[in-house]
Amino acid sequence: MLDSNSTIAKVENILVHHHGMEGALLPILHAIQAEFGHVPQVVLPVVAKAMNISRAEVHGVMSFYHDFREEPAGRHVVKLCRAEACQAVGADRVADHAKKVLGLDWHETAKNGSVTLEPIFCLGLCACGPAALVDGKLIGRVDEAKFDTLVEGLK
Amino acid sequence: MKIYLPLDSAAVALGADEIADAIQKHAHAKGQSVTLVRNGSRGMVWLEPMVEVESPAGRMAFGPMTLADVPALFGDLSAHPKALGLTEELPWLKAQTRLTFARVGVIDPLSLDDYKAQGGLTGLTRALGMDKAAIVAEVTASGLRGRGGAGFPTGIKWKTVSEAVADRKYIVCNADEGDSATFADRMLMEGDPFTLIEGMAIAGLACGATKGFVYIRSEYPVAIRVMEEAVVIARAAGLLGASVLGTGTAFDMEVRVGAGAYVCGEETSLLNSLEGKRGVVRAKPPLPALQGFMGKPTVVNNVISLASIPVIFEKGAAFYKGFGLGRSRGTIPLQIAGNVKHGGLYEIAFGLTLGDIVDKIAGGTASGRPVKAVQVGGPLGAYFPRSLFDTPFGYEEFAGKDGLIGHAGLTVFDDSADMLAQARFAMEFCAIESCGKCTPCRIGAVRGVETVDRIAKGDASAIPLLTDLCATMKAGSLCALGGFTPYPVLSALSHFPDDFTRMKDAAE
Ligand SMILES: Cc1cc2nc3c(=O)[nH]c(=O)nc-3n(C[C@H](O)[C@H](O)[C@H](O)COP(=O)(O)O)c2cc1C
Ligand code: FES
Repeated sequence: MLDSNSTIAKVENILVHHHGMEGALLPILHAIQAEFGHVPQVVLPVVAKAMNISRAEVHGVMSFYHDFREEPAGRHVVKLCRAEACQAVGADRVADHAKKVLGLDWHETAKNGSVTLEPIFCLGLCACGPAALVDGKLIGRVDEAKFDTLVEGLK
Repeated sequence: MKIYLPLDSAAVALGADEIADAIQKHAHAKGQSVTLVRNGSRGMVWLEPMVEVESPAGRMAFGPMTLADVPALFGDLSAHPKALGLTEELPWLKAQTRLTFARVGVIDPLSLDDYKAQGGLTGLTRALGMDKAAIVAEVTASGLRGRGGAGFPTGIKWKTVSEAVADRKYIVCNADEGDSATFADRMLMEGDPFTLIEGMAIAGLACGATKGFVYIRSEYPVAIRVMEEAVVIARAAGLLGASVLGTGTAFDMEVRVGAGAYVCGEETSLLNSLEGKRGVVRAKPPLPALQGFMGKPTVVNNVISLASIPVIFEKGAAFYKGFGLGRSRGTIPLQIAGNVKHGGLYEIAFGLTLGDIVDKIAGGTASGRPVKAVQVGGPLGAYFPRSLFDTPFGYEEFAGKDGLIGHAGLTVFDDSADMLAQARFAMEFCAIESCGKCTPCRIGAVRGVETVDRIAKGDASAIPLLTDLCATMKAGSLCALGGFTPYPVLSALSHFPDDFTRMKDAAE
């Protein structure tokens, strides 16, 4: 569990680092998410105060972007590309397989907290799809067999 | 022994990092000293990971490399099972006209010395000797149009910003590259980041802007890392900072990272995002050129637009303009993707026909089945059937066929593609990514998915509804997300009507 005092201390440190930066809110939210794996909601008032905007505004910005999460993800995050160039080489088929193997739909996390499955729309690997991003690692030409190897140790 | 192996995302996704480790280990075990340069990709993605070994005759290519192919790199190279010959002689590369991508794959992306040795900074040095109006005039004379999709003349945009009076102005590079089938921005930033920095510095000089931003999508971790390192190196070398190359003119820049919103590629949404706001689209006017970042005059240009500036100044506007077709001047990095035998990046003058690109350059499908459709220009681009393969690659030429070239990505589909499913996806994507500000896009896309589902169930009366809905989205959306989603939908419907009646036939 995160202790809220130390969480806030860490966020204050992040805020100091971004002091004076033009349009700093996205870099700040990225830094917070990099630190905690999500953006703990207890820090929103702290960020709001430092930026001189309302808590609702911070929440509004955060919720606009697909990247920011309010809750921690699973220990492993599997993102599969759903966009057209990957579709042309079987991404839909691989996605169906992935959902079955993991027992998850998009945006769901396994009950034991092991894996989160997310859609992603293009990783710029469109000439070697279907593409995936598994715990930050880029992977091309993902078929069913490759997917099984990828997630073997993760579940 | 000098070995090149790309750090490019596509190469990495196909195992380049593991090959790099194996090369180092093997060299160590053999007691051989190896200089391993992590370069950009030459763009032949089907050959990645592609290793190059320096030889007296030139660089020799090997690929696609597997771990098992590594030991043979230390033996008789001519007998290597993956030997492809001299890189420069590979037909796919040789037939290209590489202006913007001239250095990508050739140099160490983070070596300023390599960069200079290959013509880097020549353009900026020339621009530093010109006044603002002359720089703008050179860009206008080159005929360069925005490569981000809209095709707006770059010189005219710069002129507006240059002539605007303000205490601060900005150069914003749009590196959001969210379109499926596009990766030119990524490859340029990963393979030759100084070209983008040089282009932005020239834009700064032309417009009197002292600050730049590169807004890179978060899906591009490698490009972000390379760009950030390049900015630090450029600053240390005096290419960026208070006095660009010692001339007393200031220009500095920052890399900013997006947060997974496709619409943030739209320039006004991007500016809101850069300001730390929700990435909603702004109504135009005011134009960003007059009231952009923080309300100040701002150039927003695509990566490839800005990265084409240095070569225009190095070789002259007339040289650049000499390539191309009609009002599409210069070269365009085609990004060939999807179900293709030979996918990757191919820079060539505008004017090749779609058929030549798909059948000759891409070599048809990877599956070996017939090509059914090619989506040109990303998720907002039209699906082209084989009957339109004689369309030459150019802005007006594609517009004339109810399509667009967009950022020049091409997705090839074989005959197993279901065009009704593709139309549905276009609507679904628009619904997911809509910024929510205007109703035709936000609600229209949701209705669009429902309407396509009705057609799929055999309800032919929903077809005119879909056409009407597309007309409303086209006419009433605030930006091209809602406004252009009808392109893939209507092109699928008009060129592949059978896919929209199949279910009905089955029901009858
Ligand atoms: C939904 C949407 C997404 C866009 N995405 C991008 C993008 O990822 N990159 C880009 O350069 N332009 C994108 N554009 C076009 C920009 O609004 C703008 O025209 C462009 O950045 C201008 O630069 P250019 O003149 O150099 O092309 C997008 C437009 C729309 C409507
Ligand atoms: S479409 Fe999947 S990586 Fe680009």
